[in-house]
Amino acid sequence: MIEFILNNKTIKTNKNAGMTLLDFVRYEQRLMGTKIGCREGDCGACTVLVGTLSEDNTIEYQSITSCISSLGNVHGKHIVTIEGANFPKELTVAQSAIKENHASQCGFCTPGFVVALTGFALSGNEKTYDNVLDAISGNICRCTGYKSIEKATNEVCQKLKNKTDLNWLIKHSFIPEYFKDIPSKLKALKIEDNKQSGTVFVSGGTDLYVQQADNLIENNVHIIADNNALKGIKIEGDTCVIGAGTTVTELWNHKELKAIFPKLRTHLKLVSSEQIRNMASIGGNFVNASPIGDMTIFFLALNSDLSIINQDEKKRILPLNQFYKGYKTFDLKEDELIKDIQFKLPSKQTKFNFEKVSKRTHLDIASVNSAISFTFENDTIQNAHVSIGGVAAIPKYLFKTSAFLNGKPLNVQTISEANKVLQNEILPISDVRGTSDYKRLLASQLFFAHFTETFPEQFKLKDFVQ
Amino acid sequence: MKKNNIHSDLKNSIKNIDSYTHVRGESIFVDDVNVRQGTFFAVVFDSPKAHGKIKNIDYSKAEELEGVERIFTYKDILGENQIGGIIPDEPLFAENEVHYCGQPIALIVAESEFIARQARRLITIEIEELPVITTCKEAKEKGSFINAPRSFNLGNTEKAFQNCEYVFEGETFSNGQEHLYLETQGAYAEPLENGNIKITSSTQGPTQVQKTTANVLEVPMHKIEVDVTRLGGGFGGKEDQATPWAIMAALATYHLNQSVKLILNRHDDLRMTGKRHPYESSFKIGLNKDLKILAYEVEFLQNSGAAADLSPAIAERTLFHATNSYFVKNVKTTVLSCKTNLPPNTAFRGFGGPQGMFVIESAIAKVADELGVSAHKIQEINLLKESDVFSYGQIATQVEAQNSWHSATKQFNLKQLKSDIEIFNKSNDHFKKGLALMPITFGISFTNTPMNHARALVHIYQDGSIGISTAAVEMGQGVNTKLLQIAAQIFSISNKKVKIETTNTTRVANTSPTAASATADLNGKALLKACNALLERLKTVVSEEYNVNKNSVEIIGETIHINNKKTSLVWNELIAKAMLKRVALTENAHYATPTIHFDKTKEKGHPFAYHVYGTAIVTTTVDCTRGTYILDSVKIVHDYGKSMSKGIDLGQVEGALVQGIGWMTMEEIAYNKDGKLLSNALSTYKVPDIFSVAKTIDVLPLETKGNDMAILKSKAVGEPPLMYGIGAYFAIQNAIKAFNPNYKLKFHAPMTPEKVLMGLYES
Repeated sequence: MIEFILNNKTIKTNKNAGMTLLDFVRYEQRLMGTKIGCREGDCGACTVLVGTLSEDNTIEYQSITSCISSLGNVHGKHIVTIEGANFPKELTVAQSAIKENHASQCGFCTPGFVVALTGFALSGNEKTYDNVLDAISGNICRCTGYKSIEKATNEVCQKLKNKTDLNWLIKHSFIPEYFKDIPSKLKALKIEDNKQSGTVFVSGGTDLYVQQADNLIENNVHIIADNNALKGIKIEGDTCVIGAGTTVTELWNHKELKAIFPKLRTHLKLVSSEQIRNMASIGGNFVNASPIGDMTIFFLALNSDLSIINQDEKKRILPLNQFYKGYKTFDLKEDELIKDIQFKLPSKQTKFNFEKVSKRTHLDIASVNSAISFTFENDTIQNAHVSIGGVAAIPKYLFKTSAFLNGKPLNVQTISEANKVLQNEILPISDVRGTSDYKRLLASQLFFAHFTETFPEQFKLKDFVQ
Repeated sequence: MKKNNIHSDLKNSIKNIDSYTHVRGESIFVDDVNVRQGTFFAVVFDSPKAHGKIKNIDYSKAEELEGVERIFTYKDILGENQIGGIIPDEPLFAENEVHYCGQPIALIVAESEFIARQARRLITIEIEELPVITTCKEAKEKGSFINAPRSFNLGNTEKAFQNCEYVFEGETFSNGQEHLYLETQGAYAEPLENGNIKITSSTQGPTQVQKTTANVLEVPMHKIEVDVTRLGGGFGGKEDQATPWAIMAALATYHLNQSVKLILNRHDDLRMTGKRHPYESSFKIGLNKDLKILAYEVEFLQNSGAAADLSPAIAERTLFHATNSYFVKNVKTTVLSCKTNLPPNTAFRGFGGPQGMFVIESAIAKVADELGVSAHKIQEINLLKESDVFSYGQIATQVEAQNSWHSATKQFNLKQLKSDIEIFNKSNDHFKKGLALMPITFGISFTNTPMNHARALVHIYQDGSIGISTAAVEMGQGVNTKLLQIAAQIFSISNKKVKIETTNTTRVANTSPTAASATADLNGKALLKACNALLERLKTVVSEEYNVNKNSVEIIGETIHINNKKTSLVWNELIAKAMLKRVALTENAHYATPTIHFDKTKEKGHPFAYHVYGTAIVTTTVDCTRGTYILDSVKIVHDYGKSMSKGIDLGQVEGALVQGIGWMTMEEIAYNKDGKLLSNALSTYKVPDIFSVAKTIDVLPLETKGNDMAILKSKAVGEPPLMYGIGAYFAIQNAIKAFNPNYKLKFHAPMTPEKVLMGLYES
């Protein structure tokens, strides 16, 4: 039995946990405001909010795309669809901003935008224009050209004045009144562990539901997104341990990590959209095994280790750069799960950079992505780790390039020669993300960018090209 | 006009009348229609190969699957297995041969869409493959065409080239474009009594759906009722290509006597439907020493796909717009519609116009590059003037090409923009900026003259409320809002009294599709006629009642005025009086655009009611390390005429512009050699998101008198602004050139980050 609150209504259902939340909302509950645009999390027309009760009895709301979310994942949560964001007659602040700024034309994407903006109002995120744009970064509109939407979102953001408490939001017409009863209602739900009998592990589902939705709808799935053993970011001494079930948003929001990687948000902003980042787990990105997985490339350059457990909780440690065996194959047995990933915290001397180029800068899959970490000590490069995606069958750790850099002086000659090593280490193919020639050129350019970004005073683009 | 004024104008301007239900998620799209009990759900089985003979299809396993009701093929068609609108060359279901990947072969009808999809996987098919053509060049070599070529000629190019100081030739390519209406194609068919069928369709052309369904089912048209509430985006993609899905649902309903719903999922929609036509073109351009274009020749190869669809009409419009905003004395343009093994390509905002304009802009850019002058210098010298003649014989009147150009360059200070860019480029090595201008001239009317008509049916109910039916389909462009404004204005009553009904073939018949930017003009003018006729009748009631001259009667703010004096009679009472007097409170009016004509045997005439003009200035910044780019600004002066709905019209300009920029920059359709679509999902086909649009878009209205052929002098606005987007291509290219002086200009759209990076580093 899956139990949750849908808008203001308590739901108890025996439907399959693998069913998508979208189908449940639209066709079981006949709430037709949530639209189907793509069924792969790439358009945002089906955006809903998920509220999770936290220990202090408040609810944390996040936006997700319901098309690639399993019904099982909403067990014990508050789900808000556009119907649940409505007042009986009047419009909410977000709705009225969209209407007054002419930010809705055909109207098909509009409910998704409204829900995402409502989610922004409810979220603890600072009410800045950048943040409100992130909130709708997963919403595609084909009619307006976005300028009117920008105006509307800016208006919403300004009216929020950094307020997030429920009573203020209710009083100022951002959300309906019933929201204030939800914490107690959620608490009253007997949230027992949902019985799991499935063989397919589903965490965020953001890749699985794109690849094999029909298969998951039919079969029982084993939901692990709420498994606390797989959650959390811990900093222990000089090591950082990140649970495999940690979402990209949890990384994004982590204060200590942000202090350690000052450009963390700039990097993570290139990873998908806020709706997807709210669902997608780090472990999921590893086992998706895409040669171009952003988080994999990120953690490869941190020289991370995976800890893998089996059914008997037996644990083994494997360097991430040993995990991949070939295209979409990796060293993980059927009864095994990735438990967490750990890496040595960078020192003050460590430089880290992540680069990604795709056809569209945001919410797109990279043509090539790359990351680097190294320290600069005693006038030489040390502890260099370079990774690159999109140029081989696997997300690639560049063993030779990394080795070449170690112990060398940090100068144009080293970097240019290392680039030659890199070019011999990669083997891109031509596909829909670019020709092999392009990917080779891009690989070099991003490699150079690592140094112009980390040592902007010392290196200019001109040093490496022409 | 001051920017502040524009801002308050927009705030006060009428809002889309659907926006209240849109923002609440209460607007009903075809997939949201309440389904009747017992409704079946359908999925299309399509060809996995681009060309071949069907040797065998085994449906048995699919048919045996529990929950599958029946599988329909061409054998179940009672009438004609034919859906071609212009040329009858397209079957609803493939019979013995398939001509493109994604061509429908059968319809699986089951208790749920999920079961139908499962069943589809159980169908096996054997196809003997035949050679596949994917490009125009291959088609031309093999003589594979849809119809005979068309040519528009003016003057004598051969002679003129001899007098030219400069002559250049070149080749261009512009790729297709996926419509990506957020709402996929779909229809819901319900059985009524006596074998009548009602189809709720997401179509821009209800009559086309009705007519073609009747033909396939071999029933009279009056047995098919087509109803359209609204579309979740159309952009031309639902002009002709909404039809097959509606027929399929109706066919299944006909046989099963049950309701059938067919909504394509995104992957099916991308794979099975046509897109904007890719064009491969070659040009020759000649100028005198003053950079006046004396002669222009172009051959357009249009990649039409496997069937005609609307390709011949689209090809024609390419010729109409081949010289864009320029007057060229000697023109020779030819278009060949090439038959290939791709899904039949179809209407898309601009309808062949953008493809034509891209070529002449390429030709001008090439000349500029070769001669070392600014392209905008050549553009400006050649702008169209009053009384110039188009290659198709129409004399240009009320021309605003120069007016919009000079207004844009002055109001947005082109000089300053250029010098800012120069300074930036001098002091920056990692980033370079580029700028380009894009003037547009776009003809309004269906170029097929007989299509330029519409009707409006107006009921004034006895309580004073009004219901209006027209042929216009609301798809986000705001046509219903404009119609409402017209009625409210004529009767001088509150907007709340007016309701725009669904578009329905039983209320308004024999209609042209909602297309060609002309819908508000055609239907609005018909509505204007109907409202005026009713108003006259109501005035007669007043004049009889008060024994005054009819001409002294006016309605102002729902109150009747006589001789400029307010009376105590209000709208609702007037209507009640009219009822008692047995006055007809319903009016049906017909409008056909006057003065237009076109002779296809001579390729001369006056096909357009008027033209829409404007000029855009586009600036961009290219990241020379990564090959990525942002658009800094697009500054436009646009000829709205006298805009009747400023907010809606601005939305059309911005939306079309961004779509045009998408076409020119990131949207890349890819088929492999076997004719399989590679950009087959939203993960591989990227349209602009909020981060990729130009940082600023400024649109200033051009102050003009407006045009009487436009509804309330408010010019058509749907398509023309899309072509401003072409400027983005050339702006980016200019930025590349600023980084790499060795860069050779290319005319191969879209300008993806890949092409930019390769261009930055080519030697």
